[in-house]
Amino acid sequence: MADEIKLFKVTIDNITVEVPPGTSILQAARKIGGDVAPPAMCYYTPLKGSGGKCRTCLVEVAAGSTADPRPMPKLVASCRTNVMDGMVVKNITSPKVMDARNGVVEFLLINHPLDCPICDQAGECHLQDLSYEHGKESTRYEFKKRTFKKHDLGKYIQLHMTRCILCYRCVFTADQVTNNRVHGVLDRGDHSEIATYIKMSLDNDFIGNVIDVCPVGALTDKTFRFKNRVWFTKPVDAHRDCPTCCGKVTLWQRGDEVLRVTARKDQWGEIMNTEDGKPGWICNECRFEKKKTSDWVIEGVMKVSRHSVISANKYINAVKPEETVAAVMGGRAPKLLMDIHNVSDINDPDVDLSLIQGPATGKVFEKKSKS
Amino acid sequence: MQLTNRAKPVDRKPMTWLESIYLWNIGKGMLITLSHFFKKKATIQYPEKKRTFSQVFRGLQVLNRDEEGRERCTACGLCAVACPAEAITMEAAERQNGEEHLYREEKYAAKYEINMLRCIFCGYCEEACPKDAIYLSQTFAPANYGRSGFIYKKEDLLIPDPIKDPEGYKKALGERSKLKD
Repeated sequence: MADEIKLFKVTIDNITVEVPPGTSILQAARKIGGDVAPPAMCYYTPLKGSGGKCRTCLVEVAAGSTADPRPMPKLVASCRTNVMDGMVVKNITSPKVMDARNGVVEFLLINHPLDCPICDQAGECHLQDLSYEHGKESTRYEFKKRTFKKHDLGKYIQLHMTRCILCYRCVFTADQVTNNRVHGVLDRGDHSEIATYIKMSLDNDFIGNVIDVCPVGALTDKTFRFKNRVWFTKPVDAHRDCPTCCGKVTLWQRGDEVLRVTARKDQWGEIMNTEDGKPGWICNECRFEKKKTSDWVIEGVMKVSRHSVISANKYINAVKPEETVAAVMGGRAPKLLMDIHNVSDINDPDVDLSLIQGPATGKVFEKKSKS
Repeated sequence: MQLTNRAKPVDRKPMTWLESIYLWNIGKGMLITLSHFFKKKATIQYPEKKRTFSQVFRGLQVLNRDEEGRERCTACGLCAVACPAEAITMEAAERQNGEEHLYREEKYAAKYEINMLRCIFCGYCEEACPKDAIYLSQTFAPANYGRSGFIYKKEDLLIPDPIKDPEGYKKALGERSKLKD
Protein backbone atom coordinates (compact mmCIF):
# COMPACT_ATOMS: atom_id res chain seq x y z
CA MET A 1 0.00 0.00 0.00
CA ALA A 2 3.01 2.27 -0.31
CA ASP A 3 1.86 3.87 -3.54
CA GLU A 4 -1.47 4.90 -2.08
CA ILE A 5 -1.93 8.58 -2.80
CA LYS A 6 -2.48 10.79 0.18
CA LEU A 7 -5.60 12.83 -0.37
CA PHE A 8 -5.61 16.54 0.34
CA LYS A 9 -8.33 17.95 2.54
CA VAL A 10 -9.56 21.26 1.23
CA THR A 11 -12.38 23.38 2.59
CA ILE A 12 -14.33 25.43 0.09
CA ASP A 13 -17.10 27.64 1.42
CA ASN A 14 -17.07 25.63 4.67
CA ILE A 15 -17.53 22.34 2.84
CA THR A 16 -14.62 19.94 3.08
CA VAL A 17 -13.68 17.57 0.28
CA GLU A 18 -10.77 15.21 -0.21
CA VAL A 19 -9.05 15.44 -3.55
CA PRO A 20 -5.84 13.96 -4.91
CA PRO A 21 -2.79 16.26 -5.08
CA GLY A 22 -2.50 18.26 -8.25
CA THR A 23 -6.20 19.05 -8.43
CA SER A 24 -7.06 22.66 -9.06
CA ILE A 25 -9.33 24.55 -6.70
CA LEU A 26 -11.90 24.78 -9.49
CA GLN A 27 -12.02 21.01 -9.93
CA ALA A 28 -12.27 20.50 -6.18
CA ALA A 29 -15.15 22.98 -6.05
CA ARG A 30 -16.83 21.23 -8.96
CA LYS A 31 -16.59 18.02 -6.97
CA ILE A 32 -18.81 19.70 -4.38
CA GLY A 33 -20.93 21.15 -7.13
CA GLY A 34 -23.78 23.60 -6.97
CA ASP A 35 -23.15 27.27 -6.27
CA VAL A 36 -19.76 26.57 -4.76
CA ALA A 37 -18.20 25.89 -8.14
CA PRO A 38 -16.80 29.13 -9.53
CA PRO A 39 -17.83 30.04 -13.07
CA ALA A 40 -15.23 29.49 -15.76
CA MET A 41 -15.22 31.21 -19.11
CA CYS A 42 -11.79 30.24 -20.44
CA TYR A 43 -10.88 27.08 -18.55
CA TYR A 44 -11.88 23.87 -20.32
CA THR A 45 -10.96 20.59 -18.70
CA PRO A 46 -10.17 18.56 -21.84
CA LEU A 47 -7.88 21.30 -23.19
CA LYS A 48 -4.37 21.35 -21.76
CA GLY A 49 -3.08 24.79 -20.87
CA SER A 50 -6.48 26.48 -20.96
CA GLY A 51 -7.53 28.79 -18.18
CA GLY A 52 -6.15 31.78 -16.34
CA LYS A 53 -7.35 34.32 -18.87
CA CYS A 54 -10.87 35.40 -18.09
CA ARG A 55 -10.52 35.87 -14.31
CA THR A 56 -14.13 34.95 -13.58
CA CYS A 57 -13.09 32.01 -11.42
CA LEU A 58 -11.21 34.16 -8.88
CA VAL A 59 -11.47 32.87 -5.33
CA GLU A 60 -10.07 33.94 -2.00
CA VAL A 61 -7.67 31.59 -0.27
CA ALA A 62 -8.11 32.23 3.45
CA ALA A 63 -5.48 29.73 4.50
CA GLY A 64 -2.79 28.37 2.18
CA SER A 65 -2.27 24.97 3.81
CA THR A 66 -1.88 23.28 7.17
CA ALA A 67 1.87 23.78 7.01
CA ASP A 68 1.60 27.45 6.10
CA PRO A 69 -1.81 28.76 7.07
CA ARG A 70 -1.19 32.33 5.89
CA PRO A 71 -3.86 33.61 3.50
CA MET A 72 -2.86 34.39 -0.07
CA PRO A 73 -2.49 38.15 -0.48
CA LYS A 74 -4.57 38.43 -3.63
CA LEU A 75 -7.50 36.60 -5.10
CA VAL A 76 -6.31 33.66 -7.17
CA ALA A 77 -7.60 32.12 -10.35
CA SER A 78 -9.03 28.85 -9.11
CA CYS A 79 -8.59 27.08 -12.43
CA ARG A 80 -4.81 27.49 -12.34
CA THR A 81 -4.15 27.16 -8.62
CA ASN A 82 -3.71 23.71 -7.18
CA VAL A 83 -5.02 22.72 -3.79
CA MET A 84 -2.82 22.14 -0.77
CA ASP A 85 -3.61 20.02 2.24
CA GLY A 86 -5.66 22.02 4.70
CA MET A 87 -6.37 24.85 2.29
CA VAL A 88 -9.37 27.02 3.13
CA VAL A 89 -11.01 28.63 0.13
CA LYS A 90 -13.82 31.14 0.08
CA ASN A 91 -15.88 31.54 -3.03
CA ILE A 92 -19.46 32.70 -2.61
CA THR A 93 -18.97 33.32 1.09
CA SER A 94 -16.39 36.02 0.38
CA PRO A 95 -17.75 39.48 -0.48
CA LYS A 96 -14.34 40.33 -1.94
CA VAL A 97 -14.71 37.55 -4.51
CA MET A 98 -18.22 38.52 -5.46
CA ASP A 99 -17.17 42.12 -5.86
CA ALA A 100 -14.19 41.16 -8.02
CA ARG A 101 -16.35 38.88 -10.12
CA ASN A 102 -18.87 41.63 -10.72
CA GLY A 103 -16.01 43.79 -11.90
CA VAL A 104 -14.69 41.09 -14.21
CA VAL A 105 -18.12 40.61 -15.74
CA GLU A 106 -18.42 44.33 -16.28
CA PHE A 107 -15.10 44.28 -18.10
CA LEU A 108 -16.12 41.31 -20.22
CA LEU A 109 -19.28 43.13 -21.22
CA ILE A 110 -17.59 46.42 -22.08
CA ASN A 111 -17.14 45.53 -25.71
CA HIS A 112 -19.81 42.90 -25.94
CA PRO A 113 -22.48 43.94 -28.43
CA LEU A 114 -25.34 42.44 -26.33
CA ASP A 115 -27.04 41.23 -29.46
CA CYS A 116 -28.49 38.20 -27.72
CA PRO A 117 -31.78 38.47 -29.65
CA ILE A 118 -29.82 37.75 -32.83
CA CYS A 119 -27.13 35.51 -31.43
CA ASP A 120 -27.49 31.77 -31.94
CA GLN A 121 -25.70 31.05 -28.68
CA ALA A 122 -28.42 32.73 -26.62
CA GLY A 123 -29.92 30.22 -24.25
CA GLU A 124 -26.74 28.23 -23.85
CA CYS A 125 -24.30 31.12 -23.55
CA HIS A 126 -22.04 31.16 -20.52
CA LEU A 127 -21.60 34.90 -20.69
CA GLN A 128 -25.37 35.24 -20.55
CA ASP A 129 -25.53 33.08 -17.42
CA LEU A 130 -22.67 34.98 -15.89
CA SER A 131 -24.07 38.42 -16.53
CA TYR A 132 -27.46 37.26 -15.34
CA GLU A 133 -25.86 36.45 -12.02
CA HIS A 134 -23.21 39.13 -11.71
CA GLY A 135 -23.92 41.76 -14.32
CA LYS A 136 -25.06 45.29 -13.80
CA GLU A 137 -28.29 46.60 -15.19
CA SER A 138 -26.60 49.24 -17.27
CA THR A 139 -23.16 50.03 -18.57
CA ARG A 140 -20.82 52.71 -17.28
CA TYR A 141 -18.83 52.64 -20.50
CA GLU A 142 -19.26 55.83 -22.48
CA PHE A 143 -17.27 55.11 -25.59
CA LYS A 144 -18.03 53.32 -28.79
CA LYS A 145 -17.76 49.57 -28.64
CA ARG A 146 -14.98 48.12 -30.76
CA THR A 147 -15.93 46.62 -34.08
CA PHE A 148 -14.02 44.49 -36.51
CA LYS A 149 -13.80 43.87 -40.19
CA LYS A 150 -15.71 40.70 -40.95
CA HIS A 151 -13.66 37.59 -41.54
CA ASP A 152 -15.03 34.65 -43.41
CA LEU A 153 -13.97 31.38 -41.84
CA GLY A 154 -15.35 29.11 -44.51
CA LYS A 155 -18.67 27.43 -45.06
CA TYR A 156 -19.01 25.78 -41.66
CA ILE A 157 -18.12 28.33 -39.04
CA GLN A 158 -19.45 31.82 -38.55
CA LEU A 159 -17.23 34.25 -36.70
CA HIS A 160 -18.65 37.22 -34.80
CA MET A 161 -15.54 38.86 -33.47
CA THR A 162 -17.42 41.52 -31.52
CA ARG A 163 -18.85 38.84 -29.24
CA CYS A 164 -15.47 37.25 -28.53
CA ILE A 165 -14.02 37.42 -25.02
CA LEU A 166 -10.60 36.08 -26.06
CA CYS A 167 -10.67 32.95 -23.95
CA TYR A 168 -8.31 31.15 -26.35
CA ARG A 169 -10.33 27.95 -26.07
CA CYS A 170 -10.70 27.66 -29.84
CA VAL A 171 -6.96 28.15 -30.30
CA PHE A 172 -6.21 25.34 -27.86
CA THR A 173 -8.81 23.17 -29.55
CA ALA A 174 -7.28 23.69 -32.96
CA ASP A 175 -3.84 22.93 -31.50
CA GLN A 176 -4.77 19.85 -29.57
CA VAL A 177 -7.68 18.28 -31.40
CA THR A 178 -6.95 19.03 -35.05
CA ASN A 179 -3.64 18.33 -36.72
CA ASN A 180 -3.17 21.77 -38.20
CA ARG A 181 -4.09 25.08 -36.67
CA VAL A 182 -4.71 27.85 -39.16
CA HIS A 183 -6.33 30.44 -36.92
CA GLY A 184 -5.16 32.30 -33.89
CA VAL A 185 -5.36 35.57 -32.03
CA LEU A 186 -3.82 38.39 -34.01
CA ASP A 187 -2.77 41.83 -32.77
CA ARG A 188 -2.83 42.82 -29.17
CA GLY A 189 -4.81 44.70 -26.57
CA ASP A 190 -8.04 46.14 -27.79
CA HIS A 191 -7.29 45.09 -31.35
CA SER A 192 -6.72 41.41 -30.70
CA GLU A 193 -8.98 39.28 -32.78
CA ILE A 194 -9.50 35.72 -33.87
CA ALA A 195 -8.50 35.45 -37.51
CA THR A 196 -6.66 33.34 -40.01
CA TYR A 197 -4.21 36.08 -41.09
CA ILE A 198 -3.99 34.85 -44.64
CA LYS A 199 -7.55 34.36 -45.74
CA MET A 200 -8.05 30.70 -45.09
CA SER A 201 -11.09 28.71 -44.26
CA LEU A 202 -11.22 26.48 -41.24
CA ASP A 203 -11.89 23.09 -42.76
CA ASN A 204 -9.87 20.66 -40.73
CA ASP A 205 -11.68 17.44 -39.88
CA PHE A 206 -12.24 18.30 -36.24
CA ILE A 207 -12.37 22.09 -36.44
CA GLY A 208 -16.13 22.10 -35.79
CA ASN A 209 -15.34 21.54 -32.13
CA VAL A 210 -14.36 25.18 -31.74
CA ILE A 211 -18.09 25.91 -31.92
CA ASP A 212 -18.74 23.71 -28.91
CA VAL A 213 -15.91 25.12 -26.83
CA CYS A 214 -16.73 28.75 -27.53
CA PRO A 215 -18.35 30.06 -24.33
CA VAL A 216 -20.03 32.92 -26.18
CA GLY A 217 -21.54 33.28 -29.63
CA ALA A 218 -18.31 34.27 -31.38
CA LEU A 219 -18.01 30.97 -33.21
CA THR A 220 -21.32 29.52 -34.26
CA ASP A 221 -22.52 26.83 -36.60
CA LYS A 222 -23.24 28.22 -40.06
CA THR A 223 -25.46 25.27 -40.92
CA PHE A 224 -27.65 26.12 -37.92
CA ARG A 225 -27.43 29.88 -38.28
CA PHE A 226 -30.77 31.59 -37.51
CA LYS A 227 -32.73 28.42 -38.11
CA ASN A 228 -34.24 28.23 -34.69
CA ARG A 229 -33.66 29.31 -31.14
CA VAL A 230 -31.98 26.62 -29.07
CA TRP A 231 -34.75 26.54 -26.52
CA PHE A 232 -37.31 25.62 -29.15
CA THR A 233 -35.27 22.70 -30.41
CA LYS A 234 -35.40 19.29 -28.80
CA PRO A 235 -32.05 17.87 -27.68
CA VAL A 236 -31.80 14.15 -28.29
CA ASP A 237 -28.82 11.92 -27.63
CA ALA A 238 -27.87 9.90 -30.67
CA HIS A 239 -24.94 8.03 -32.12
CA ARG A 240 -23.69 6.69 -35.41
CA ASP A 241 -20.84 4.52 -36.54
CA CYS A 242 -18.29 7.14 -37.52
CA PRO A 243 -14.88 6.06 -38.77
CA THR A 244 -13.16 9.28 -37.69
CA CYS A 245 -14.73 10.18 -34.35
CA CYS A 246 -16.65 8.63 -31.49
CA GLY A 247 -19.96 9.43 -33.20
CA LYS A 248 -21.75 10.18 -29.95
CA VAL A 249 -23.63 13.43 -30.32
CA THR A 250 -26.63 15.45 -29.31
CA LEU A 251 -29.11 16.22 -32.05
CA TRP A 252 -31.13 19.41 -31.76
CA GLN A 253 -34.36 18.62 -33.52
CA ARG A 254 -37.49 20.37 -34.59
CA GLY A 255 -40.07 17.70 -35.22
CA ASP A 256 -38.04 15.12 -37.10
CA GLU A 257 -35.68 17.63 -38.67
CA VAL A 258 -32.15 17.65 -37.34
CA LEU A 259 -31.32 21.33 -37.15
CA ARG A 260 -28.02 21.06 -35.36
CA VAL A 261 -25.55 18.46 -34.18
CA THR A 262 -23.26 19.09 -31.23
CA ALA A 263 -21.04 17.03 -29.02
CA ARG A 264 -22.49 15.94 -25.69
CA LYS A 265 -21.84 18.32 -22.88
CA ASP A 266 -21.81 17.90 -19.14
CA GLN A 267 -23.28 20.21 -16.53
CA TRP A 268 -20.30 22.56 -16.74
CA GLY A 269 -20.78 23.00 -20.47
CA GLU A 270 -17.74 20.90 -21.26
CA ILE A 271 -17.53 18.04 -23.68
CA MET A 272 -18.36 14.75 -22.00
CA ASN A 273 -15.97 11.87 -22.03
CA THR A 274 -16.95 8.76 -23.91
CA GLU A 275 -16.86 5.34 -22.27
CA ASP A 276 -13.14 4.95 -22.90
CA GLY A 277 -12.41 8.10 -20.90
CA LYS A 278 -11.42 10.27 -23.84
CA PRO A 279 -13.17 13.56 -24.59
CA GLY A 280 -15.99 13.02 -27.06
CA TRP A 281 -14.89 15.40 -29.80
CA ILE A 282 -16.89 14.90 -32.95
CA CYS A 283 -15.80 15.29 -36.55
CA ASN A 284 -17.05 17.76 -39.12
CA GLU A 285 -18.89 15.08 -41.06
CA CYS A 286 -21.03 14.19 -38.04
CA ARG A 287 -21.56 17.80 -37.14
CA PHE A 288 -22.28 19.43 -40.47
CA GLU A 289 -23.18 16.77 -43.02
CA LYS A 290 -25.42 14.30 -41.24
CA LYS A 291 -28.61 16.30 -40.96
CA LYS A 292 -31.10 13.51 -41.39
CA THR A 293 -32.73 11.57 -38.60
CA SER A 294 -32.11 8.39 -40.59
CA ASP A 295 -28.34 8.93 -40.27
CA TRP A 296 -28.53 8.49 -36.52
CA VAL A 297 -29.51 5.93 -33.92
CA ILE A 298 -31.55 7.88 -31.41
CA GLU A 299 -30.95 7.03 -27.76
CA GLY A 300 -33.48 9.32 -26.11
CA VAL A 301 -34.07 12.83 -24.88
CA MET A 302 -31.01 14.54 -23.43
CA LYS A 303 -31.22 15.18 -19.71
CA VAL A 304 -31.42 18.92 -19.26
CA SER A 305 -31.36 20.63 -15.91
CA ARG A 306 -34.88 21.72 -15.16
CA HIS A 307 -33.61 25.20 -14.38
CA SER A 308 -32.50 25.63 -17.97
CA VAL A 309 -34.76 27.37 -20.42
CA ILE A 310 -33.91 24.57 -22.84
CA SER A 311 -35.74 22.09 -20.61
CA ALA A 312 -39.06 23.88 -21.16
CA ASN A 313 -41.66 21.66 -22.81
CA LYS A 314 -39.36 18.65 -23.00
CA TYR A 315 -40.93 15.61 -21.47
CA ILE A 316 -38.86 12.67 -20.40
CA ASN A 317 -40.50 9.31 -21.07
CA ALA A 318 -43.21 11.08 -23.04
CA VAL A 319 -45.53 8.73 -24.88
CA LYS A 320 -46.95 10.02 -28.11
CA PRO A 321 -50.70 9.49 -27.82
CA GLU A 322 -52.40 7.52 -30.57
CA GLU A 323 -55.39 8.78 -32.48
CA THR A 324 -58.30 7.48 -30.47
CA VAL A 325 -61.25 9.01 -32.30
CA ALA A 326 -60.91 6.83 -35.37
CA ALA A 327 -60.59 3.69 -33.24
CA VAL A 328 -63.67 4.51 -31.23
CA MET A 329 -65.78 5.75 -34.13
CA GLY A 330 -65.26 2.64 -36.23
CA GLY A 331 -62.57 4.01 -38.50
CA ARG A 332 -64.15 7.41 -39.07
CA ALA A 333 -61.57 10.12 -38.59
CA PRO A 334 -62.56 13.27 -36.70
CA LYS A 335 -63.69 16.19 -38.81
CA LEU A 336 -60.85 18.65 -39.04
CA LEU A 337 -62.21 22.17 -38.89
CA MET A 338 -58.96 23.73 -39.99
CA ASP A 339 -55.65 22.27 -41.04
CA ILE A 340 -53.12 24.75 -39.75
CA HIS A 341 -50.71 23.99 -42.61
CA ASN A 342 -53.26 25.25 -45.13
CA VAL A 343 -53.19 28.68 -43.52
CA SER A 344 -49.86 29.01 -41.76
CA ASP A 345 -46.53 29.58 -43.49
CA ILE A 346 -44.65 28.44 -40.44
CA ASN A 347 -43.41 24.88 -39.93
CA ASP A 348 -44.24 24.26 -43.57
CA PRO A 349 -43.84 20.54 -44.25
CA ASP A 350 -42.41 21.42 -47.69
CA VAL A 351 -39.62 23.53 -46.25
CA ASP A 352 -36.89 21.40 -44.73
CA LEU A 353 -34.56 23.79 -42.95
CA SER A 354 -32.09 21.05 -42.10
CA LEU A 355 -31.31 20.55 -45.78
CA ILE A 356 -30.35 24.17 -46.35
CA GLN A 357 -26.62 24.62 -45.93
CA GLY A 358 -26.45 28.17 -44.65
CA PRO A 359 -28.97 30.44 -42.96
CA ALA A 360 -32.42 30.65 -44.51
CA THR A 361 -33.31 33.68 -46.58
CA GLY A 362 -36.71 35.22 -47.03
CA LYS A 363 -37.11 33.36 -50.33
CA VAL A 364 -37.03 29.96 -48.65
CA PHE A 365 -40.33 30.56 -46.97
CA GLU A 366 -42.04 32.17 -49.94
CA LYS A 367 -42.13 28.99 -51.97
CA LYS A 368 -45.57 27.86 -50.93
CA SER A 369 -47.45 31.10 -51.35
CA LYS A 370 -46.29 31.36 -54.99
CA SER A 371 -47.27 27.87 -56.11
CA MET B 1 -75.49 31.59 16.28
CA GLN B 2 -75.77 35.04 14.80
CA LEU B 3 -72.92 36.72 12.99
CA THR B 4 -74.52 40.17 12.86
CA ASN B 5 -77.53 41.68 14.52
CA ARG B 6 -78.86 43.11 11.27
CA ALA B 7 -80.87 40.01 10.37
CA LYS B 8 -84.63 40.61 10.30
CA PRO B 9 -87.08 37.89 11.15
CA VAL B 10 -89.17 37.00 8.08
CA ASP B 11 -92.68 38.36 8.24
CA ARG B 12 -94.96 35.41 7.60
CA LYS B 13 -98.28 37.16 8.17
CA PRO B 14 -100.87 36.56 5.39
CA MET B 15 -101.22 39.51 2.95
CA THR B 16 -104.13 41.87 3.38
CA TRP B 17 -106.50 42.40 0.40
CA LEU B 18 -104.86 45.70 -0.51
CA GLU B 19 -101.43 44.10 -0.51
CA SER B 20 -102.60 41.10 -2.54
CA ILE B 21 -103.59 43.23 -5.58
CA TYR B 22 -99.97 44.48 -5.73
CA LEU B 23 -101.00 47.91 -6.99
CA TRP B 24 -98.72 49.81 -4.73
CA ASN B 25 -95.70 47.61 -5.47
CA ILE B 26 -96.28 47.76 -9.23
CA GLY B 27 -96.39 51.52 -9.02
CA LYS B 28 -93.18 51.54 -7.03
CA GLY B 29 -91.43 49.44 -9.65
CA MET B 30 -92.73 51.60 -12.48
CA LEU B 31 -91.37 54.67 -10.75
CA ILE B 32 -87.92 53.16 -10.69
CA THR B 33 -88.17 52.34 -14.41
CA LEU B 34 -89.38 55.88 -15.12
CA SER B 35 -86.52 57.43 -13.23
CA HIS B 36 -84.09 55.66 -15.58
CA PHE B 37 -85.44 57.65 -18.56
CA PHE B 38 -83.81 60.69 -17.06
CA LYS B 39 -80.52 59.07 -16.20
CA LYS B 40 -77.42 58.81 -18.38
CA LYS B 41 -77.61 55.87 -20.79
CA ALA B 42 -75.42 52.90 -19.95
CA THR B 43 -75.14 51.80 -23.58
CA ILE B 44 -73.79 53.46 -26.71
CA GLN B 45 -74.68 53.01 -30.39
CA TYR B 46 -71.66 50.77 -31.02
CA PRO B 47 -70.54 50.81 -34.63
CA GLU B 48 -71.22 54.54 -35.01
CA LYS B 49 -69.92 55.51 -31.62
CA LYS B 50 -66.93 53.90 -29.98
CA ARG B 51 -65.77 54.00 -26.41
CA THR B 52 -62.24 55.09 -25.75
CA PHE B 53 -60.17 52.36 -24.25
CA SER B 54 -58.06 52.71 -21.19
CA GLN B 55 -54.47 53.61 -21.91
CA VAL B 56 -53.34 50.23 -20.67
CA PHE B 57 -55.91 48.29 -22.70
CA ARG B 58 -54.38 45.20 -24.25
CA GLY B 59 -55.74 44.65 -27.72
CA LEU B 60 -54.54 43.40 -31.08
CA GLN B 61 -50.79 43.04 -31.45
CA VAL B 62 -48.88 45.37 -33.73
CA LEU B 63 -45.39 44.77 -35.08
CA ASN B 64 -43.48 47.99 -34.79
CA ARG B 65 -41.09 49.69 -37.15
CA ASP B 66 -38.29 52.11 -36.33
CA GLU B 67 -38.07 55.77 -37.44
CA GLU B 68 -36.67 54.73 -40.80
CA GLY B 69 -39.47 52.30 -41.43
CA ARG B 70 -37.43 49.15 -40.87
CA GLU B 71 -38.96 46.21 -39.10
CA ARG B 72 -37.74 46.01 -35.56
CA CYS B 73 -38.41 42.33 -35.01
CA THR B 74 -35.32 40.11 -35.09
CA ALA B 75 -37.14 36.82 -34.55
CA CYS B 76 -35.43 36.26 -31.21
CA GLY B 77 -38.32 34.09 -30.10
CA LEU B 78 -38.72 35.64 -26.67
CA CYS B 79 -42.36 36.53 -27.32
CA ALA B 80 -43.02 32.97 -28.44
CA VAL B 81 -41.38 31.50 -25.36
CA ALA B 82 -43.16 33.95 -23.08
CA CYS B 83 -46.54 33.30 -24.68
CA PRO B 84 -48.60 31.20 -22.27
CA ALA B 85 -51.04 30.22 -25.00
CA GLU B 86 -48.29 29.36 -27.51
CA ALA B 87 -49.99 31.55 -30.06
CA ILE B 88 -46.88 33.09 -31.56
CA THR B 89 -44.73 31.29 -34.13
CA MET B 90 -42.05 32.59 -36.45
CA GLU B 91 -39.40 31.70 -38.96
CA ALA B 92 -36.15 33.61 -38.95
CA ALA B 93 -34.06 34.50 -41.96
CA GLU B 94 -30.79 36.25 -42.63
CA ARG B 95 -30.89 39.77 -44.02
CA GLN B 96 -29.36 39.82 -47.47
CA ASN B 97 -27.38 42.62 -49.06
CA GLY B 98 -29.75 45.30 -50.26
CA GLU B 99 -32.37 44.57 -47.62
CA GLU B 100 -30.86 46.90 -45.03
CA HIS B 101 -33.67 49.40 -45.53
CA LEU B 102 -36.26 46.74 -44.72
CA TYR B 103 -34.92 45.12 -41.61
CA ARG B 104 -33.16 46.70 -38.72
CA GLU B 105 -30.91 43.82 -37.75
CA GLU B 106 -28.90 41.05 -39.34
CA LYS B 107 -31.65 38.56 -38.60
CA TYR B 108 -35.32 39.17 -39.18
CA ALA B 109 -38.61 37.37 -38.99
CA ALA B 110 -39.35 36.12 -42.48
CA LYS B 111 -42.66 34.82 -41.23
CA TYR B 112 -44.41 35.87 -38.09
CA GLU B 113 -47.78 34.58 -37.09
CA ILE B 114 -50.10 35.03 -34.18
CA ASN B 115 -52.96 32.61 -33.82
CA MET B 116 -55.71 34.89 -32.54
CA LEU B 117 -57.80 31.87 -31.64
CA ARG B 118 -55.18 31.06 -29.07
CA CYS B 119 -54.11 34.53 -28.00
CA ILE B 120 -55.38 35.58 -24.59
CA PHE B 121 -54.10 39.17 -24.86
CA CYS B 122 -52.03 38.92 -21.72
CA GLY B 123 -49.36 41.24 -23.06
CA TYR B 124 -46.44 39.03 -22.10
CA CYS B 125 -45.10 39.27 -25.64
CA GLU B 126 -44.83 43.02 -25.29
CA GLU B 127 -43.10 42.62 -21.96
CA ALA B 128 -40.67 40.03 -23.27
CA CYS B 129 -39.69 41.92 -26.43
CA PRO B 130 -36.14 43.26 -26.13
CA LYS B 131 -36.43 45.26 -29.33
CA ASP B 132 -39.65 47.15 -28.68
CA ALA B 133 -40.96 45.36 -31.75
CA ILE B 134 -44.37 44.18 -30.61
CA TYR B 135 -46.98 45.98 -28.62
CA LEU B 136 -50.64 45.56 -27.90
CA SER B 137 -52.78 48.23 -29.50
CA GLN B 138 -56.16 49.58 -28.49
CA THR B 139 -58.25 47.69 -30.97
CA PHE B 140 -59.44 44.14 -30.77
CA ALA B 141 -59.33 41.39 -33.33
CA PRO B 142 -62.45 41.72 -35.50
CA ALA B 143 -64.90 38.86 -35.66
CA ASN B 144 -64.68 36.44 -38.53
CA TYR B 145 -66.84 33.67 -39.94
CA GLY B 146 -63.98 31.23 -40.53
CA ARG B 147 -61.14 30.00 -38.42
CA SER B 148 -58.49 30.62 -41.07
CA GLY B 149 -59.06 34.37 -40.80
CA PHE B 150 -57.69 34.36 -37.30
CA ILE B 151 -54.18 33.33 -38.26
CA TYR B 152 -52.65 36.79 -38.34
CA LYS B 153 -49.54 36.97 -40.49
CA LYS B 154 -46.77 39.51 -40.51
CA GLU B 155 -48.52 41.60 -43.16
CA ASP B 156 -51.62 41.85 -40.97
CA LEU B 157 -49.66 42.81 -37.90
CA LEU B 158 -47.09 45.25 -39.26
CA ILE B 159 -47.60 48.92 -38.52
CA PRO B 160 -47.78 51.23 -41.58
CA ASP B 161 -44.45 52.64 -42.72
CA PRO B 162 -43.82 55.97 -40.91
CA ILE B 163 -42.17 57.45 -44.00
CA LYS B 164 -44.54 56.24 -46.73
CA ASP B 165 -47.70 56.48 -44.65
CA PRO B 166 -47.10 58.81 -41.69
CA GLU B 167 -50.81 59.25 -40.98
CA GLY B 168 -51.52 55.55 -40.88
CA TYR B 169 -48.50 55.09 -38.67
CA LYS B 170 -49.69 57.71 -36.23
CA LYS B 171 -53.17 56.25 -36.19
CA ALA B 172 -51.80 52.78 -35.54
CA LEU B 173 -49.67 54.06 -32.70
CA GLY B 174 -52.82 55.55 -31.20
CA GLU B 175 -52.84 56.44 -27.55
CA ARG B 176 -49.49 54.83 -27.18
CA SER B 177 -47.67 57.75 -28.78
CA LYS B 178 -49.16 60.02 -26.15
CA LEU B 179 -48.02 57.65 -23.44
CA LYS B 180 -44.47 57.84 -24.71
CA ASP B 181 -44.22 61.62 -24.82
